[in-house]
Amino acid sequence: MKIAIQTEDFDVSTELILLRKDLPSIGGINIFVGTVRDTHQGDDVHAMELEHYPGMTEKSLKDILEQAQKRWEILNATIIHRVGKLMPMDQIVFVAVATPHRGDAYAACEFIMDYLKTSAPFWKKEFTPQGERWVDARTSDDERLKKWQA
Amino acid sequence: MKIKVKFFASLKELAQTDSMDVELPSKVLTMGDLRFYLAGLSPALGLALAPGKNIKVAQDLEMVPMDASIIENAEIAFFPPVTGG
Repeated sequence: MKIAIQTEDFDVSTELILLRKDLPSIGGINIFVGTVRDTHQGDDVHAMELEHYPGMTEKSLKDILEQAQKRWEILNATIIHRVGKLMPMDQIVFVAVATPHRGDAYAACEFIMDYLKTSAPFWKKEFTPQGERWVDARTSDDERLKKWQA
Repeated sequence: MKIKVKFFASLKELAQTDSMDVELPSKVLTMGDLRFYLAGLSPALGLALAPGKNIKVAQDLEMVPMDASIIENAEIAFFPPVTGG
């Protein structure tokens, strides 16, 4: 299992090779890659800055992964989240989950992203022609958690 | 009781500081008490921790509810709802 918080970009193919290494029992891998959009709430976004809470971030991602491991048979998983200054088109987040069968991979990947979005301490600031602003949390993200709490 | 307080994102900007060491009066027992107490220390902290704002709090790297008890020497962080991913 790999959890990384980093300023540098990641390469999806390289991460897949690392994820699969020496694990012939893997039958499926589900991947999510989050990227920086160039618009938000009708405004152009020309850059983004991601802040986080060092120490708590790693701990919360580890906790989320442990919760996922209790629910599904996860053979390996990778979570990478970038911080610092990012530009439109940049990759922000990578979650990959390897399981024996595809159903668990889809579900666990979605679970990890849903909890990452609502409990991992990251904050986005957007830079627009109107100035800079902190992104507000979306209530729809909280709504999505209900699916896993039922 | 001594604690360390940290602020992140918009709260850090409003508070004009990212961390402070605080010696608490004995009546400050919960996260909610602490929020109210800190808000009274300066106009900047008052803005950052204004009542009615949706603020999250973590104690020793774990999110806790506002009625959680403060632990001696804890690191307590206040921040807005998270927006990663």
